[in-house]
Amino acid sequence: MKKVLVLGATSAIAQATVRLLAARGASLYLVGRNAANLDSVAKDAATRGAAKVEQRAVDLNDFAAHEPLVDAAYAALGGLDGVVLAHGVLGDQAEAQKSWEATEVVLRTNFLSAVSLLTVLANRFEAQKAGTLVVISSVAGDRGRQSNYVYGASKGALNVFLQGLRNRLAKSNVAVVTVKPGFVDTPMTAHLPKNKLFASPDKVARGLLSAADGRKNEVYVPGIWALIMLIIRTIPEAMFKRMKL
Amino acid sequence: MKSLESWGRYPRVEQHTRPLVWRTDSLPRPDGTVLPHGLGRSYGDSCLNEGGTLLLTSGLDRLISFDAGTGVVRCEAGVTLDTLLRLAAPRGWFLPVTPGTKFVTVGGAIANDVHGKNHHRGGTFGRYVRRFELLRSDGSRRVCAPDENPDWYGATIGGLGLTGLVTWAEVQLKPISNPYVLQETVPFENLDGFLDVARASEADYEFTMAWVDCLAVGKNVGRGLLYRGNFAPPQFDGLPLKKSHLSHGSGLAVPMDMPAFCLNRLSVSAFNWLYYHRQNGKPKQRLTHYDPFFYPLDAIYGWNRIYGKRGFLQFQCVVPYSTARDALREILERSSRGGLPSFLSVLKTFGDIPSPGWMSFPRQGVTLAMDFANRGEKTWRLVEELDRLTREAGGAVYPAKDARMSPESFAAYFPRRAEFSGYIDPAFSSSFWRRVNPVTLPFSLESERGPTASQPQSLLAIR
Repeated sequence: MKKVLVLGATSAIAQATVRLLAARGASLYLVGRNAANLDSVAKDAATRGAAKVEQRAVDLNDFAAHEPLVDAAYAALGGLDGVVLAHGVLGDQAEAQKSWEATEVVLRTNFLSAVSLLTVLANRFEAQKAGTLVVISSVAGDRGRQSNYVYGASKGALNVFLQGLRNRLAKSNVAVVTVKPGFVDTPMTAHLPKNKLFASPDKVARGLLSAADGRKNEVYVPGIWALIMLIIRTIPEAMFKRMKL
Repeated sequence: MKSLESWGRYPRVEQHTRPLVWRTDSLPRPDGTVLPHGLGRSYGDSCLNEGGTLLLTSGLDRLISFDAGTGVVRCEAGVTLDTLLRLAAPRGWFLPVTPGTKFVTVGGAIANDVHGKNHHRGGTFGRYVRRFELLRSDGSRRVCAPDENPDWYGATIGGLGLTGLVTWAEVQLKPISNPYVLQETVPFENLDGFLDVARASEADYEFTMAWVDCLAVGKNVGRGLLYRGNFAPPQFDGLPLKKSHLSHGSGLAVPMDMPAFCLNRLSVSAFNWLYYHRQNGKPKQRLTHYDPFFYPLDAIYGWNRIYGKRGFLQFQCVVPYSTARDALREILERSSRGGLPSFLSVLKTFGDIPSPGWMSFPRQGVTLAMDFANRGEKTWRLVEELDRLTREAGGAVYPAKDARMSPESFAAYFPRRAEFSGYIDPAFSSSFWRRVNPVTLPFSLESERGPTASQPQSLLAIR
């Protein structure tokens, strides 16, 4: 990936990824909501050696802005060969159970906005017959659990969408990489007590980029989560529904 | 509440933590006091805030700009010296002053006004800080520079993180032609030998420091090896970089707390004897990459664990030349007789280049750093004694490496303390500051102390 669009560039995992891409001398088009924070990330990337850094502050829940945004990224970098889709919200499960509005925010941000963006981007990449679409999903999408099934549902739906997209774009030489991080020590999880399973954003970013370089399909980062989720998925539903997870 | 320790692993105190994420964010306002905390490489309690909150600056780790033409780098305060070196060294620039570890943040380097092997030539880190932004708990932001808010500039450099949060800083780097150092090792037989060879080396060598065998006795007191060096001249440009030169440490790590018996008088004494005699008393020259030259201990990740769970007390003093010979001999003899081995003892001369920081530790004279395994009362008495000798010699002890100096000592070492106090942010405090200034605080500490807060083990510790 040499000319990369990063969506949700101020998220911790995206920032760590941007640093690694910058060190490789990539050209970057960074998108985030908060202009001041986005500027910090952009300056950091430029100082670390990115060939070119452009930025735009946009709320990605404004779907009408997606097509012009992708146009602007193509124009600014003179084409695109990579996308890192990293924006998302964790939401509050208890809130979501009480109100559809809270649920809708999670589904719109994590699933619908991603689908809208990927619809535009997939068509461009399919036409140019090249490129890598990297999407940050979550292990939470592998199985619904009472503690965060709304977030999990948004990511699970995303995973299925990406499977279909991968299937469709395989013949066009476009890689669709689903990245499933486990617990990551980020501002998103600042309120949670930490344990040994929490990985640093930098570790996740390195796993993400190596998956992108290898044009992998679905990867768990760190890899231990492949085993953990295998076990979680294997538990029979009759037993699972009585467990507190 | 979290139980946290500093690099010396003593004391271990309970406090809250709040991660900082963006430099434009306002300061969090928890109940009680706050203290910025970078990588926690201070040895004692100057980076701890018992019962209060630590503002973790590791998230403020973004670079802002780097001019490869002038060597001026601007970055957030949580950026590490390691990050700056990785950015700058391949482009021909180096830190103007660096401590013995690269795993400290720029904010920490400012707060402790760190020094390096080139103090006689370059002074302290603070001299190269062109400007920084200071965020106070009242929400005000000040750009501080020698000619802009100079009082805040002077109070914050060496100000132990108490004047507010440094959000970003601009540092002037210095040019190098390659990452190699031409190093010479010169043995010296005793303290007089050190003073002679150190003074003689200052004129021709940018970097000097000496390892001293702190268990040597009698006429050998103060024997050791002086390392002196300069950055290699341009003809060494073609040398290939070894992979180990650019990686984090060497992969060596101290995997667990070492049992106390591993580090005793006999083992340290044997190690010191071998170390001193391995080059047969002759000077030796070699070309080395900057990493092992400046950061030998960084190669052993978690080296502080060799002292075991009880940790160790660092003691670093500086004494003026007029009293250095007698005071240092006394200090070395006492620590040698005390029978408590110091794993690494370092001697170095400080020059007369003043720091802009009011509370800066380095001053002209000779500095000695030692670490003592914490064996309770016995160790405390010894270090307390060394403190007294330092005070009587007109010297000073380094707050960044201290867990026990008395309020009286602190006041004697830092004559601008009263003036500095006026610049402390009312919401900021540290365990160290309360220890050396046992006065009424704006916040009640008693109510913040958790039930599990560790109690001092002895009267000596109550300080």
